[in-house]
Amino acid sequence: MSHTPTQRKLPGYLSALLTTFLVVWLIMAAVPFLWTLWGSFKVEGDFFSKADWTNALTGELTIAETGGAFTGQGYYGAWVQEEFWRAVMNSAIVCFFVVTISLTCSTLAGYALSRSTYNYAFWFLIAALIFRAMPPITLVSGYLLPFFEWNLWGHLSTTIIVLVAINQPFSLWMMTSFFRNIPKDLDESAMVDGCNRIQAFRHVILPVMWPGVITTGLFSFLLAYNDFAVTALLLEKDNQTMIPKIASFLGTTQTKGNVMFAVAAVISATAPLFVLILFFQRQIVSGLTAGAVKG
Amino acid sequence: MRHKTFLLFVAPSLIAMIALIVFPVISVVIQSFHAQHEQVIEVVENCGPFGCTQTTAVNQEATQALREAEPLGRWVGMDNYINRGHLAFAELADAWSSSDTWGEWWTKVMNLPFYSAIVFTLTFTFIVTPLTIALGFAIAVAVNSAAKAIRGPLIFVSLLPFIINPIVGSLVLFWMVDARGILGQAIQWLADDPDLSVKASTPMMWIMLMVYGIWHSAPFAFVVFYAGLQTVNQDTNEAAMIDGANRWQRVRYVTIPHIMPLVTFVALIQLMDNFRVFEPLISFSAEAHAQSLSTYILSDLTGETVLFNSAAATSVLTVICVGILLSPVLVRTWRDFKRA
Repeated sequence: MSHTPTQRKLPGYLSALLTTFLVVWLIMAAVPFLWTLWGSFKVEGDFFSKADWTNALTGELTIAETGGAFTGQGYYGAWVQEEFWRAVMNSAIVCFFVVTISLTCSTLAGYALSRSTYNYAFWFLIAALIFRAMPPITLVSGYLLPFFEWNLWGHLSTTIIVLVAINQPFSLWMMTSFFRNIPKDLDESAMVDGCNRIQAFRHVILPVMWPGVITTGLFSFLLAYNDFAVTALLLEKDNQTMIPKIASFLGTTQTKGNVMFAVAAVISATAPLFVLILFFQRQIVSGLTAGAVKG
Repeated sequence: MRHKTFLLFVAPSLIAMIALIVFPVISVVIQSFHAQHEQVIEVVENCGPFGCTQTTAVNQEATQALREAEPLGRWVGMDNYINRGHLAFAELADAWSSSDTWGEWWTKVMNLPFYSAIVFTLTFTFIVTPLTIALGFAIAVAVNSAAKAIRGPLIFVSLLPFIINPIVGSLVLFWMVDARGILGQAIQWLADDPDLSVKASTPMMWIMLMVYGIWHSAPFAFVVFYAGLQTVNQDTNEAAMIDGANRWQRVRYVTIPHIMPLVTFVALIQLMDNFRVFEPLISFSAEAHAQSLSTYILSDLTGETVLFNSAAATSVLTVICVGILLSPVLVRTWRDFKRA
């Protein structure tokens, strides 16, 4: 959007205030991650430095213990010793299938919801809103007993299906609002030309819906990647995904004095998200505002 | 769109939601009215040279068999809801009659796990939500007034706390406020108390959790408000200026009314998300100082003995709370829908 010059010129004190505020916010947003990234290459004595906080920057104990200012001990411990790579593989599998299945379901349903003029479409979306508001852990407490009884507990596939379902309400809302932005005339004219609904969807809507699908896919990915409540309780120790694995590091390794494993794992789990924002910033922003701006 | 086609299109999604959201809710409700079978107690008669004695013993095998045959347990009605772990009416009445001051009564109520969880959850929700909106709005205004060329990187950095996994984000913060971490030491230095530790103090823990909550969700509010600021009608703005409105008046009467629907949207999403606060409490290992409804359910499910029924009762109460929280929105949507 264009900005008229009237909005641009702020009085000096106001723009100084805004700049200061912005700098403080940026420090708050970025420094914790940079600090942890830097610290992940140190030994624990430096990362938690009782004597002098500058040790965490210079790595005095790291030099004393390992000979260099940087060490990969934390990463070695996490990835090799504690087999973090297994958790990474599991996370990759879960994320891939959750995103694919969830997108397929929500694209179809979102299209129908955006085109239907009946009341039940409205109630469908309201029900989804209520489902969206329910804490996932309340659902998990409903799953456990039946899953134990039917031997469904502890499998990656069960977790994937559960995450798809928990993901649906949000994806539905997002896809519906994207499809509402695709003019109805487009598919209706195709139907006038003799297509049925499914053909119209395939030949007319399918080619133009990708921006919406990519954005919704990103958020499905984030939900699957970031989930803790479901994956921590529905998976066994040996097929855990990354986030419960990190949480389990805290229980076991903190006592052993290997909190650096957790630090390294945290950085490893954050790196992909960092890249994700780097490439998909525009889609993330449009997704966050999709429901809001159009109202 | 015809009914049949509609059903065809929504079927996969509908089936997934019914099977894994509606049924679990029903399962939770059913479980909440049951309790595990009690141990099977038998009277065993031991006859020895000096006559017979009767002893009672737990028949482990029979107990095990009964519990496995009926994993749901026995019907107990509302017992799970009114026991000490949940609504605790008896304890409440007792606390009421035995306390002389409000403070004393309050301390007793806060010792009841369900009430302390709900007090924390509500405090968290209603403090974090408005502050998130305020901070998000401030960031949006600041980014909007920055030079166009640097806005992209600014948004990138601002998104970090929101996109990063909550467990990971709160861990990072937790390590920094550790008594040996950089922020923890800064706090000790500021308070001039070398033994001060966030982990050891309940008020500090609550404050840290809320600071984390605001830090985590401010970017969401920021992005929504920032997008809203891009669409402020510049003609109205200019017209107001020609009419002699000063900067403050233009913000008050042009920008804010334009942003208001977005505030409602952000508030709704934030209320839902903050009410299920869960991950930071785990990362902060806060269970000794703060318990939310979600972590209360988790602790029942992961404890030494798994308390399905207690967790189920808490879940049902939580869902009811969510319903109450959402009811104004639902009523409004219903009215809008009726009118339309």
